[in-house]
Amino acid sequence: MSVTTVGQPRSGFSFAQYLTCLNGIVWREALRFLHQRERFVSALVRPLVWLFIFAVGFRQVLGVSIIPPYETYILYEVYIAPGLMAMIQLFNGMQSSLSMVYDREMGNMRTLLVSPFPRWYLLFAKLVAGTAVSLLQVYAFLLIAWFWDIAPPPLGYLTVLPALVLSGLMLGALGMLISSGIKQLENFAGVMNFVIFPMFFASSALYPLWRVQEGSPLLYYVCLFNPFTHAVELIRFALYGQINLTSLAVVGACTLAFMVGAIYAYDPSRGLARRGPAGGET
Amino acid sequence: MTASSARASQLPRDAHPGQERVGPPALAIDGISHSYGPRRALDNVSFAVAPASFAAMLGLNGAGKSTLFSLVTRLFGIQSGGIRIFGNDIRVAPGEALRLLGVVFQPRTLDLDLSVMQNLIYHAALHGIARGEAQVRGAEVLAQLGLAERAGSKVRDLSGGQMRRLEIARALLHRPRLLLLDEATVGLDVKARADILSHVRQLVAEQGIGVLWATHLFDEIMPDDDLVVLHQGKMLARGPVARVIAEAGADDIHAAFMRLTGAASESGAAP
Repeated sequence: MSVTTVGQPRSGFSFAQYLTCLNGIVWREALRFLHQRERFVSALVRPLVWLFIFAVGFRQVLGVSIIPPYETYILYEVYIAPGLMAMIQLFNGMQSSLSMVYDREMGNMRTLLVSPFPRWYLLFAKLVAGTAVSLLQVYAFLLIAWFWDIAPPPLGYLTVLPALVLSGLMLGALGMLISSGIKQLENFAGVMNFVIFPMFFASSALYPLWRVQEGSPLLYYVCLFNPFTHAVELIRFALYGQINLTSLAVVGACTLAFMVGAIYAYDPSRGLARRGPAGGET
Repeated sequence: MTASSARASQLPRDAHPGQERVGPPALAIDGISHSYGPRRALDNVSFAVAPASFAAMLGLNGAGKSTLFSLVTRLFGIQSGGIRIFGNDIRVAPGEALRLLGVVFQPRTLDLDLSVMQNLIYHAALHGIARGEAQVRGAEVLAQLGLAERAGSKVRDLSGGQMRRLEIARALLHRPRLLLLDEATVGLDVKARADILSHVRQLVAEQGIGVLWATHLFDEIMPDDDLVVLHQGKMLARGPVARVIAEAGADDIHAAFMRLTGAASESGAAP
């Protein structure tokens, strides 16, 4: 008589296994990114159009006085470069959330969510993967911008990295939170109108806040409370080897809040549980 | 132990001749109910799948099969009742439970832009299996499923049957003890269907994996199987196929199903 016994699995995962999981998710995201060359090109073309066309046209109209972290008068292109770097990350965050909605509709998302690793860790790893991809795009942009004479101090390329990681995580977490509330891919167009454009334009990306205040005190406060403004300022200061503590605190707090919200929304007993099965399933 | 959990634990069939089963059932569904707003998709469903057994879950579209799968895999939260995989409550110890589980969902869940092996390596990473080990295991499961020569192919270039076999290979990569397959043969030609079913049955016989096979196709069910009949969210029958047929007073599984579901509709079981 044979006896079938079932051993209990080891409880929990080792640190190395957590790293393997993270590596796998980042690797998959990078592969997908490389396969979608048009995504890379469009991610670069967008800020470059702003830099080469918009900035050139507007530098004659919009003067930028000496404001921290700049120690002298700067060209308008130099001023908007950090805003465009943050814009790359904003679009990338939303692109990641778009791909999460797509993966959910196509079923790929299930592969991720039925992993035995804790759900919060899987979402965090997904966020790290999205941020890593955004860093590639930002540094490619900085390289092209360098040829356009937008050259921060050499050390700035290094000191901006932590700021980019944090802002990438914040914007990615925001995208993740938004994706949890979008039921169909078609609804994503609304995100462009209601999230990306207002966040970008009501910020310090294109014009200093003191200029906004002159034009509209109300808009000034909107900009001031916009987390994207603080992502831009965090990047701007870091690019010149400085820390904007207020922006660091705001971006850090928002990252945490958006991540907690996304993890809550993707909790099986809350977010996804409210929805019915995918089309065609019973 | 509640009355319903006691009932669920008694549900597995007696061990096959010559084999004694030790330990908890591979899967124990205990009084599960689930609603989407006012619509009740599952109503107090209880059954169990024994280790190293093939259990078929038979039901028409809308029976609640996919909802049940989503609950077992923790895609949806449990509203009422309980689910255990080899004794691990999926709410209390989801990691331990999901480690023992392999799943093939009804919709395709492969990454079409990646290669066959890349899909396997990604899945392995999601189970904490390092790349080197994943490649070894990947080659093994691909060989088992007759896909060894397609390891480097883009998934997009595979046929429907090959994609399904790849999904089964992927589900086996982390060496689960319980395999769930939700309408795994839908849309496949006759040969591909037969191949997949035969391979899954082989897994039960040779590797001792417990299988829950959701289907609406009568010809996929064999007389030796355990059977769960689900209809409009209610479980109408469970047990060995022969017993279900006998208790329904029918001659075959098709007639038994028609009689059971007809009776259910007449008695107002449908919500």
